[in-house]
Amino acid sequence: MAFTSEQISIMDSIISRYPRKRSAIMPLLHYVQSIDGYVTNEGIELIGQKLELATAEVTAVSTFYTQYKSKPVGEYHVGICTNTLCAVMGGDAIFESIKEHLDIENDGVTSDGKVSVEHIECNAACDYAPVVMVNWEFYDNQTVQSVKDLVDSARAGNPPAPTRGPKTLRTWKQNSAVLAGISDGLANEGVQAGEASLLGLRKAKGGA
Amino acid sequence: MSIQELGTESQVQVEMITCVIDGFEITVPKGTLVIRAAEKLGIQIPRFCDHPLLAPAGACRQCLVDIEINGRAFPKPQASCTIPVENGMIVKTQLTSPVADKAQKGIMELLLINHPLDCPVCDKGGECPLQNQAMSNGRSESRFEGVKRTFEKPVPISSQVLLDRERCVLCARCTRFSEQIAGDPFITLNERGALQQVGIYEEEPFDSYYSGNTVQICPVGALTGTSYRFRARPFDLVSTDSACEHCASGCAMRTDVRRGKTLRRLAGEDADVNEEWNCDKGRWAFKYEVAKNRIKVPMVRDSNGQLQEVSWPEALAAAAQGLKNSRSGVLVGGRATIEDAYGYSKFARVTLNTNNIDFRARRHSHEESDFLESVKLNATYKDIDTADHVVLINFEPEDESPIVFLRIYKQVHKRLVKVTNIAPLASRGSEKLKANLIKTTSGNEAQAISSISGLTKKSVVLVGERISETEGALSAVVKLVNDSGAKLGWVPRRAGERGAVLAGAIANLLPGNRPITDSAARVDIATAWSVDSIPTEQGMNTDEMINSDLQSLVIGGVDPMDISAEAKIKLSKKFIVSLEIRQSDITDIASVVLPVAAVVEKSGSFMDWQGKVRKFEAAVDQSLNRSDVRILSMLADEIGKPIKLPSVKSARAEFDSLGNWDGPINSMKLRNSAAAKSVASDEAVLVSWRNLLDKGSLQDGEENLAGTARKSILVISHARAKALNVSSGDHVRVSNSYGAITLPCQIGEIDESSVWLPRNSLNSQLIRNLGVVSNSIVKVDKA
Amino acid sequence: MSKLTPVLSATWDQADSFTIEGYKRNGGYSAISKALAMQPDEVIQMIKDSGLRGRGGAGFPTGNKWGFIPQGDNKEHYFVVNADESEPGTCKDTPLMMANPHVLIEGIIIGSFAIRANYAFIYIRGEVTHVVRRVQQAIEDAYKAGFLGKNILGKGFDLELVLHVGAGAYICGEETALLDSLEGFRGQPRLRPPFPAIAGLYAKPTVVNNVESVASVPSIISNGVAWFSAMGTEKSKGFTLYSLSGHVNNPGQFEAPLGITLRQLLEISGGVRNGHKLKFWTPGGSSTPIFTDAHLDVPLDYEGVSAAGSMLGTKALQIFDETTCIVRAVLRWTEFYKHESCGKCTPCREGTWWLVQVLKDLEAGRGTEADLDKLLDLCDNIMGRSFCALADGAASPIISSLKYFRQEYLDHLTAGRCPFDPMASTLFDTAGVK
Repeated sequence: MAFTSEQISIMDSIISRYPRKRSAIMPLLHYVQSIDGYVTNEGIELIGQKLELATAEVTAVSTFYTQYKSKPVGEYHVGICTNTLCAVMGGDAIFESIKEHLDIENDGVTSDGKVSVEHIECNAACDYAPVVMVNWEFYDNQTVQSVKDLVDSARAGNPPAPTRGPKTLRTWKQNSAVLAGISDGLANEGVQAGEASLLGLRKAKGGA
Repeated sequence: MSIQELGTESQVQVEMITCVIDGFEITVPKGTLVIRAAEKLGIQIPRFCDHPLLAPAGACRQCLVDIEINGRAFPKPQASCTIPVENGMIVKTQLTSPVADKAQKGIMELLLINHPLDCPVCDKGGECPLQNQAMSNGRSESRFEGVKRTFEKPVPISSQVLLDRERCVLCARCTRFSEQIAGDPFITLNERGALQQVGIYEEEPFDSYYSGNTVQICPVGALTGTSYRFRARPFDLVSTDSACEHCASGCAMRTDVRRGKTLRRLAGEDADVNEEWNCDKGRWAFKYEVAKNRIKVPMVRDSNGQLQEVSWPEALAAAAQGLKNSRSGVLVGGRATIEDAYGYSKFARVTLNTNNIDFRARRHSHEESDFLESVKLNATYKDIDTADHVVLINFEPEDESPIVFLRIYKQVHKRLVKVTNIAPLASRGSEKLKANLIKTTSGNEAQAISSISGLTKKSVVLVGERISETEGALSAVVKLVNDSGAKLGWVPRRAGERGAVLAGAIANLLPGNRPITDSAARVDIATAWSVDSIPTEQGMNTDEMINSDLQSLVIGGVDPMDISAEAKIKLSKKFIVSLEIRQSDITDIASVVLPVAAVVEKSGSFMDWQGKVRKFEAAVDQSLNRSDVRILSMLADEIGKPIKLPSVKSARAEFDSLGNWDGPINSMKLRNSAAAKSVASDEAVLVSWRNLLDKGSLQDGEENLAGTARKSILVISHARAKALNVSSGDHVRVSNSYGAITLPCQIGEIDESSVWLPRNSLNSQLIRNLGVVSNSIVKVDKA
Repeated sequence: MSKLTPVLSATWDQADSFTIEGYKRNGGYSAISKALAMQPDEVIQMIKDSGLRGRGGAGFPTGNKWGFIPQGDNKEHYFVVNADESEPGTCKDTPLMMANPHVLIEGIIIGSFAIRANYAFIYIRGEVTHVVRRVQQAIEDAYKAGFLGKNILGKGFDLELVLHVGAGAYICGEETALLDSLEGFRGQPRLRPPFPAIAGLYAKPTVVNNVESVASVPSIISNGVAWFSAMGTEKSKGFTLYSLSGHVNNPGQFEAPLGITLRQLLEISGGVRNGHKLKFWTPGGSSTPIFTDAHLDVPLDYEGVSAAGSMLGTKALQIFDETTCIVRAVLRWTEFYKHESCGKCTPCREGTWWLVQVLKDLEAGRGTEADLDKLLDLCDNIMGRSFCALADGAASPIISSLKYFRQEYLDHLTAGRCPFDPMASTLFDTAGVK
């Protein structure tokens, strides 16, 4: 889709954060995803134009990073950690059962476009294993059933809040804008830390 | 930094480093990489990503060696392509270190696990660095029992380059070349890990004028040329060192021939000229040699006006008959070898007794003749390497002399050398050079030239042949160079022009830059030629000869695209003897047609824009076709005024024996520039140049090459677009009393009064369609 | 028994710990007043004297890294924080930035001041949206409070701080790949030399520090060298975050002096999950060779872990009990390295591709004992042959697992299948799955 002049001026403001404009390529790609849902050719061409890069150079970058998608994902993109620790502790079982539950393969999208599933690597929350990310928000200590419930309610339009995140789960596009550095004003929502993060502190203070 | 790199640095004393490789001591300049120091000892360390003209990558890891410095060993093998030698360094390659040997064998095994076993059908088979080094530095058997990575193959990344991702070892030579050398980052490494692959952006092919180099430096069969695919085995080819005939860049080349037919051409190596690169035209435009309209036997026009094939004696007799005792002249064209041009020069003066000779079939002027007679051209590629400022005047190096472009780009990439471009608009090449554009239109360049300041003896001024299209511009250049001491280069497009000047294939000069007006010079030549005298009457240039009442002309190598229909009509009234390789506009009107050898079939030499002689031998050795000079010599004999140049060799020997003129030369008559043209609102000044890939006759039949030609567009300014109410891509018509051209427009930062069109591209052949190429007022309107 | 020493995590139990008000209430942003009143070189010396070493894995002395930046060179300098926490098992920087982003910002201000950088970046991984929000908000609040921007605290020091969000690439945790990524290229490692201290971001002198290292700086400035170096061991000074995860009763973050042992941490936290026993563990993420129950008393400092044949790494203690199949665990890690290999160099790109295939066969019980030797030889051809350390990390779990659990690999071959029940190792094996 064509970009509006407002969107283009946001792109310019993203570029202005950096001493050299090429550095803006990653936030711009996130930003394109916040508009188009994935990295579209229109997005690549506009970024190339803005940063004075060949489209091939933009493609080279966009295909290197796994968060940039070359085709649409669901409104709720579910990442299930299957790196060793999460896999062993239940991630594998969750991943298999969710694919079956939604009748899609890895990287697939449900026919209603609501949910897509991807197995992901370690997401820096091992003390909350097994971990599931939705639109890159934390869903800690998951079980097969909890994730089934999660995707079902997401498809119904009322996904539960992330364990450590804003009060309401935002869509893929909305969160892509946050990754582009555009504030949604939700930083103050949610817990400051999860229980596991506090365990050492509690023990140090003599708690259980 | 490589040795070659150091070689091009200034003459500053280079620190020398001594190290030991496999027990042998070697001393090399500081900065030399271990892998290249080893080469100097004759020790070949296997490698894929390493290339002496590309920045080190250290990616393939094939060149691992053991290194210790002053007794301290690196804990693990190091990539010898990334590490410069140091004093006290002890290197052990695979020859002396079991660890390095195992490391290399291990890497080779890994490189092969995903490599297809299709060597028997791979173009690279037989000359493949992977194949060769797998034999020399690999395990005898692979232990891989798994599943190989597969990709769709081959994928065309342009009309002339095919990509086979399965064969690719991801050395990144091609992508580094495109970015670092050509400035065309249109192929990149995409994806990552085991899925990493070379690719293009799906909507935009690899349209680089230099793409063929990636095929040549690919160490496997991943990139192949469409035209050569499945055509030959390297061991069936006979290779000959050659020189490129396409332009004045002067590339060393290698021509590979099988059974009398050229199958491919590769860039040759010459650090002083093309390093190891060439352009796609030089590489892939050679089918003209075997075109269907190739002329193989002499022909004479019969009483019905039809050309009839005849024997050589009949043809020579007919030609002699027509030329004898007639007022005549010689048009040489810009593609003659030095030897052939010398033959024409001598033929004109001795056999035809005239100074009517000109190699310029393109636009030309008397000012240019004066310039070529009187001005010293002294710039070289090496001067570009060290230049503080490069000024381009009516010269688009990427289109008109692509290796000159690469040389300038190298310095732009390396140190952002200052480049100024006097042109009507910033071309793609100009943008890549980050050139400071001084916007001009055709006809008013002199003022812009005079405005340049701050040039020094380290500056390089390069002018193109198009400068002759503006009165006074060359005079302004001469003044600029004289005042500043900057080096001057005149870069004509065609390979034969610089040599033709030296050979005397121009009215005002005898061979060896001898002014025709100088009696001592004439005596020199008359003596050498054993003739009583050299004609003194001032000769005509090409335009004058065409428009004159000369009764006959000898025409060799003139490109039909240079000749307007009007000129053709005038020429058709004369007795024309045409020395040609193919049927052309000239042979269509010639009375006698004499077939001559194409470059590949003869020996000879060109002179590049630097004045460097580029000798070549016949690549096809059993051709029956003979070089022009041999035919001219027979014709001169037939006329009875022999030139005694029975072979290229004899022509070369005689020309070399003449030496260059060391007497006085005429100083240039400086001319004033013409008054600026006034342009009405619906009019524009026509500006143009030739794109590298276009309708040029030597590119005929090369469809794959033509596929990467830049699309024909017409460039107008924003203001004009607004006035015409057109947006980018809309069709705009340019017309004059002669004809019209309609093309999609591109709106750009062009001089307001100008309109730019490609000079000889698809749907835009200015000579044919408009009768003019520049410096002329045309009407511009919405189509 | 070592006591826990919460410093970085000390305020995490306060609901507003991540806000600027919360941070300031707990004494935050007082270290910069002290630091900005010092000479930059004094700050560097103080960090050198403290013995603070990089908490991102390599353990390089932070002060020395700062000291490498050439001064008076008339070039811009850059201070870059590596917040691309992606090493499997590692989960300390993420909760730190979520619960207290301001301590990181304060550390950045001090570090930038010390190395004379006026531009700083936090390169954070892209898969943690809420952490991105928190850090972004914190930066905005710090600007508003005058801690960032022009003339900070009126001391004439200017600093711009930009949060740069990654997009999914483990390799960007490698500092030169991070810099290429930050410059807008594919995140592939660069040739060294030149090192970032000489030619880093935009080819200018650059420091790249891990989040935890930088966040430790304000406390050192505030409390002094002696306070910091009183903690830890002789060569591994100070406190650090140990991340305990896996088959334990209470996974979580435990901040303790360097040199504490896993036995002690397990005792403090509540032990291996009930009814099970420790089988193997990683001391510092998946790239560090695994340990077994024989290593419970290894001091978890740089020297102690190294002497025992592994690396302290990121102090990511992933605990696996006897229900876990070693071959499956190692295969998963290997698949991770294959997925994250940048593709630049042959041994990593092709080697991980091959290793996964060999391990898959072994897990399924296909192959012979000779395949184990082939596997080790492949590791030998990959380890130390690649462009960066990623491939070494890939080989580590394989080599170390074969060292301690060769018989278990053979058991797979004997059985012709994996002898383990994967459900037994899950946390919900009694939850009625399927």
